[in-house]
Amino acid sequence: MGLNKIMEKYRPLFRKGGKYEKFAPAFNGIDTFLFVPNHTTKMGAHVRDAVDLKRVMIIVVLALLPAMFFGMWNIGYQHFSQLGEATPFMDMMLYGAIKFLPMLLISYGVGLGIEFAFAIYRGHDINEGYLVSGMLIPLIMPVDLPLWMLAVAVIFAVIIGKEAFGGTGMNILNPALVARAFAFFSYAPSMSGDKVWVADASTVDGISGETILGQLAAGADTSATSVMDMFMGYMPGSIGETSVLMILIGAAFLILTGIASWRIMLAGVIGAAVTGLLFNALDLNPLMSFPWWQHLLVGGFAFGIVFMATDPVTAAQTDTGKWIYGFFIGVFAILVRVFNGAYPEGVMMAILLMNVFAPYIDHYVVQANVKRRLKRLKTA
Amino acid sequence: MSQDIRIKKGLTIKLTGDAEKSISDAALSKIYAIKPTDLLGVTPKLAVRVGDKVKAGDVLFYSKAEESIKVLAPVSGEILNIERGAKRKILTVQISTDATIEYFDFGAKNPKDLSSDEVKAQLLAGGCWPFIQQRPYDVMANPNEAPKAIFVSAHDTAPLAGDVAFSLENQKEAFQAGITALSRLTEGKVNLAVCGKSESFLNDVKDAAILKVTGKHPAGNVGVQIHHVNPVNQGERVWTVNPQDVAVIGNLFLTGKFEPKRVVALVGSQVKSPKYFNMLQGANLEALLTENIELDNSRIINGNVLTGTQVAVDGYLDLKSTTISVIPEGNHHTMFGWMPFTGGKKFSMYRSALSFLSPNKKYTLDTNLNGEERAFVMTGEMEKVLPMDILPMHLLKAAMVGDIEKMEALGIYEVAPEDFALIDYSSSSKIEAQQIIRTALDIMVKEVG
Repeated sequence: MGLNKIMEKYRPLFRKGGKYEKFAPAFNGIDTFLFVPNHTTKMGAHVRDAVDLKRVMIIVVLALLPAMFFGMWNIGYQHFSQLGEATPFMDMMLYGAIKFLPMLLISYGVGLGIEFAFAIYRGHDINEGYLVSGMLIPLIMPVDLPLWMLAVAVIFAVIIGKEAFGGTGMNILNPALVARAFAFFSYAPSMSGDKVWVADASTVDGISGETILGQLAAGADTSATSVMDMFMGYMPGSIGETSVLMILIGAAFLILTGIASWRIMLAGVIGAAVTGLLFNALDLNPLMSFPWWQHLLVGGFAFGIVFMATDPVTAAQTDTGKWIYGFFIGVFAILVRVFNGAYPEGVMMAILLMNVFAPYIDHYVVQANVKRRLKRLKTA
Repeated sequence: MSQDIRIKKGLTIKLTGDAEKSISDAALSKIYAIKPTDLLGVTPKLAVRVGDKVKAGDVLFYSKAEESIKVLAPVSGEILNIERGAKRKILTVQISTDATIEYFDFGAKNPKDLSSDEVKAQLLAGGCWPFIQQRPYDVMANPNEAPKAIFVSAHDTAPLAGDVAFSLENQKEAFQAGITALSRLTEGKVNLAVCGKSESFLNDVKDAAILKVTGKHPAGNVGVQIHHVNPVNQGERVWTVNPQDVAVIGNLFLTGKFEPKRVVALVGSQVKSPKYFNMLQGANLEALLTENIELDNSRIINGNVLTGTQVAVDGYLDLKSTTISVIPEGNHHTMFGWMPFTGGKKFSMYRSALSFLSPNKKYTLDTNLNGEERAFVMTGEMEKVLPMDILPMHLLKAAMVGDIEKMEALGIYEVAPEDFALIDYSSSSKIEAQQIIRTALDIMVKEVG
């Protein structure tokens, strides 16, 4: 194995007492990416599961790929179809790639750069958490977001959203959503309205970039988009969020591998459905009368509940807590959509809000467990 | 009168190299050694010097804190060496063996005719007290206390574990006598857990309540059984004894001899033909191992692959060990080894390897950590392998910071490190859960007692 020999040559330089000892976290980060280390068990169980954090994160990245590729295609499709140009599939993909890949590169480059710097500064190994965040961030942004804004959002999310709390595993809020919320409140014109969701909508006449939720909030008629289009994702929106089909493929993969919590996903869907039904019964404005099951298909609901609500670090950690946490994300997502006309996309807010409440939910689940134990002592 | 315990959570790790059902006699070793370090919480006070002649059953050392607790010589011979480590801590007491074993006679007694105190006195004098372990804390029982129940798990679900009923096949009478003796020690019951799926003589043992256990590992862990039958609350004591030790206790009463026989399962993928061996406690393993295992790049483990301790090829059988596992070392780099669904030899509780497609396939696992230690990220994975009404991650976090009140509230009294072995195994962040729990239990012993 040639590469291993090369790495073998440089490993001693980064060990304790080596010339570049200080930069060991950075070197190890690359080394451990290329080769699973030869570390053996020193205590405890002598055999260990094949899973590690890297494997977990890669599985989530794999689950995101269908939505990502669809998003790239949809960038091209939305752009050319609104111009009325018949364009071959590959051209749409290419157009989408030219728009999307720089965003992905910026997200990974800036985010991982900060992670490496913090790891060297703190002298600990690099945690793989950003592999997923770095992919999520461009997928939940509008396609025409200027790259520098994306970079600033990433910097804010990684430093304030994550490293300030102690790094991977310690953060309270989902870093990808922190990036989106930061961009949304700092650069609102680039993050909302009817001109940002389709490439070049702001510069080319004849392209309207309104999302379904935006149309509903404005009281417009949405019947131009069929339910099938909503499910398949042939509509404007954040890059990765439009295709429920592709997201469901990712969800199935995550549930099958056991990486993401099906409890949160199911509870979220139940919460949103119940709330949607309630509003359907009231039926006071277009957003309320929008059929409850179509609420599940549009906007960022599917993407958020599958990929962001299930972030294990910021979700509730107990199994019972996950039901409650997921349910209220569903409830709040629809509530925000219906009542906040200025911002018809509620999932981001709902998840961030429940991120904050997750430790509180867990606290009560833990107390219930403690009380069961105390009760047993009394009856014994 | 039997009770069923069905365990749904857990994980059975199927490994290659399980023991064929045949028992060979291992030759009498030239050297036997007792390691005081096998007995947690016991500071030894030596009763012998190098050069002393001992019979099987003569005292080697006492427990400094409770001198009625004695550890006896398993064979007769001469004290060869007392090996010491840092701060003169005693590591091993080595005996060079006589050709034929001479026994000290403790006098045969029928436990049915004895009072509780007389049984206790015989166990203490006969060197069998160290076999009795206590929950909470997973340390040796205190003879001045009385347990609310005694548990014996005769169903081992650990990877490659030997068949308990098979290994006790020639000791039926002794096992029964041991159970009867133990039943004199408690006002409550002796609970004997047996395999719920097969019948053996164990189902007919008297003086014990039979628990029929089914389910994945750790269903066979005595702690899991206690939790489901008669959980340990604050201030309570439950005692546990390993099944082969019950037979040693029984023999003490039947014959008056201290004869710590072991039927040891020599298992694992590095063993040429895995099977059972008749041995004695403290036997030197060198002859047995050089003959039966692949020595190159092997890890030899006293006990099973989840909870055992590593031992050198010229090491000794642990005091309570009835399994020797030998598996390959995993000190190799694997290029892109983190890629899911590659490497058909990998086993994962997550369906991140193809192992879930063939649930009955046996795997050859090595000691590679398969990753590096990371922050806690994944949640819910620990709950999957701990079949107790305990929140393992919260308990571990309380243990890591040594918060006694929190640990109490979250159930530290009910757990032993072995109950967390599968969490060691399955942790995606490679958390050393057994180590954390052991350290926490030591704090509890010191602070609460």
